Amino acid sequence: MDNLRAFFSFSDPNVVSVVLGTLLLTASSAVVGTFTFLRKKALLGDAIAHAVLPGVGAAFLWSGVKDPLMMIAGAFVSGWLAVWAMDQIVAHSKIKEDTAIALVLSVFFGVGILLLTYIQHSGNAAQTGLESFLFGKAAALVGRDLWVFGAVALVLLVAVGLFFKEFQLIAFDEAYARTLGLPVGRLNLLLTSLTVLAVVTGIQAVGVVLMSAMLITPAAAARYWTDRVQQMILLAAGFGALSGLAGAYVSYVAPAMPTGPWIVVVISVVAILSFFFAPGRGIVYRYWQQESLRHDILEENMLKAFYQMGEQEEDFFASRPAEELLAWRKFPPASLKDALRRLVRKGDMVRKNDAWQLSPAGLERGRSIVKKHRLWELYLSRYLQLAPDHVHDDAETIEHILTPELEAELLRMMDYPDLDPHDAVIPYGEKDKKE
Amino acid sequence: MKFTAENPVVEFHDLTVAYHRKPALWNVDLTLPAGALIGIIGPNGAGKSTLIKAAMGLLPLSSGYVRLFGAELDAVRRRVSYVPQRESVDWDFPASVMDVVLMGRYAGLGLLKRPSAQDREIALNSLEKVGMAGFRNRQIAQLSGGQQQRVFLARALAQEADLYFMDEPFAGVDAATEAAILEILQELTSSGKTVIVVHHDLQSAASFFHWVVLLNMRLVASGPVDEVFTAALLQETYGGRLTVLAEVGELVRKRQISGREKY
Repeated sequence: MDNLRAFFSFSDPNVVSVVLGTLLLTASSAVVGTFTFLRKKALLGDAIAHAVLPGVGAAFLWSGVKDPLMMIAGAFVSGWLAVWAMDQIVAHSKIKEDTAIALVLSVFFGVGILLLTYIQHSGNAAQTGLESFLFGKAAALVGRDLWVFGAVALVLLVAVGLFFKEFQLIAFDEAYARTLGLPVGRLNLLLTSLTVLAVVTGIQAVGVVLMSAMLITPAAAARYWTDRVQQMILLAAGFGALSGLAGAYVSYVAPAMPTGPWIVVVISVVAILSFFFAPGRGIVYRYWQQESLRHDILEENMLKAFYQMGEQEEDFFASRPAEELLAWRKFPPASLKDALRRLVRKGDMVRKNDAWQLSPAGLERGRSIVKKHRLWELYLSRYLQLAPDHVHDDAETIEHILTPELEAELLRMMDYPDLDPHDAVIPYGEKDKKE
Repeated sequence: MKFTAENPVVEFHDLTVAYHRKPALWNVDLTLPAGALIGIIGPNGAGKSTLIKAAMGLLPLSSGYVRLFGAELDAVRRRVSYVPQRESVDWDFPASVMDVVLMGRYAGLGLLKRPSAQDREIALNSLEKVGMAGFRNRQIAQLSGGQQQRVFLARALAQEADLYFMDEPFAGVDAATEAAILEILQELTSSGKTVIVVHHDLQSAASFFHWVVLLNMRLVASGPVDEVFTAALLQETYGGRLTVLAEVGELVRKRQISGREKY
């Protein structure tokens, strides 16, 4: 708890620097990653993330010091080399893109680990902390490192801001962008460079192994909450920053702990929560919607049964026990009582001891369902020439989803028919009168 | 049979286009008239889409050239508009109808600039023309196929071009959309613009178009619909592939011969 207070009071200047740095890095990777995600290049992002490692190692070997500018230059070169290699493999062999990505990823990463191991055994005193590039160490974001990585992150944000409109267009419809005369080749080059740079800056906080999560996951989570690219980018940046904050905190509390996994855990939790609970697209929301549709259908079927029984006995308001309802038509016994209770609460039924009867409102709803059922049966037999014994099952579904507009259209087409194909009366209500 | 257009807007000169070295179109040579509604017709795999993609510079040419308004495409790009096939994009993309139509204005904007109020007005006008103004804030995934096709058409209209290439604008649309699209195309041509449409439905072709190009890996016929849309020529277009042509194409691919000999 003390740690938490000390961290969030931002009294330690180191904390401020680490937090600012991490926020900037994670947010900018998320912003660039949004386009990687939209262009369905998530795997490419992963390959680039792994492929920058040999560049980091080579830069260190060549210069002999751990300088952020050298690291960025080395990582940028090897990241681009990997992209180029993948393009060449796809263009000049029978190997498809997914295989090319897997090949390049593993070869580059293998070479990177080789270099790193060699450096660690070379006894160079400056090499300490190099292994933090594997899994990230936000706490190392101080001094010159912060300024260099922070500046690159700012460049990324500005570049995406400037070319937003073009990136959006080539992500949606690249061929059309070409016909407009946009320099699509160069824009693609720029976007790939930005992706490589985003990876390069992100590795200080997250590390190469998990970097692709930082590119893709915030965008994937953001997609669940919005249908607009602009909002999606802002949300992705926010989600990225949130996970960055968590990473910085962990790094402050436990300096020996690598921050990358923590950042990825936090962003993954955000993604999973979005996946389940986002309105509209989330699984829980859709499940809830389906469930309420199922409830509606069950209730409407009960009202229909009551209506039909009333029709037969010429007494719509007779009260009937549950057994009588079950004898008329099969209902799932487990949900029967629940559905009846809901109908009573909605005012469609009235309960009398252990029996139920329709209320005037319930009668109206039941009548409307029966009307739609019989109208649809008649439509099928008239316009699809189906035999009368083939139309019932279909109408059982359609009666629940027919909109008032379509119902009016059916009535107009068939000129307010009196009987359905089984010679049952189509029950019209007060409002159905012919104009 | 081939008719030459006076003052041609489009000229294909001895055009051969290949996918992975396998020719899909052989030596197409024709001219198309200004102010006409032109249909490109032929069976599946005849190279209809290939022809207009080649005209829009989307495919490398193995041989020959294309002239639009007597010039190279790059010189007249702002006067030419392209409507891709509806299935060529992912409609689940996070964009509104207005976002997509505004893309038609991007060419004139140049890099770094945002659409102005005037661009928005032009985009909205285009949406009104296709009867979709009420849908401008709708997410594009929520549209029906016919509505998506109208949005693509509105995007092309927003370019305010003089020459339109459209890839199957009538494919998979409802009758109301078909009528609406046809009316717009007729308006465009009556105001002097040229519209070239890849079309697959023979039934409607005769009544839609002024000029027809019959294609089946090579040019079968090109000319006014009354002259060209004949039983004999349609039989030639649809009556099976020229198997020799297809087999030679396959040979070219296997031997990896790249285009024409240069020396």
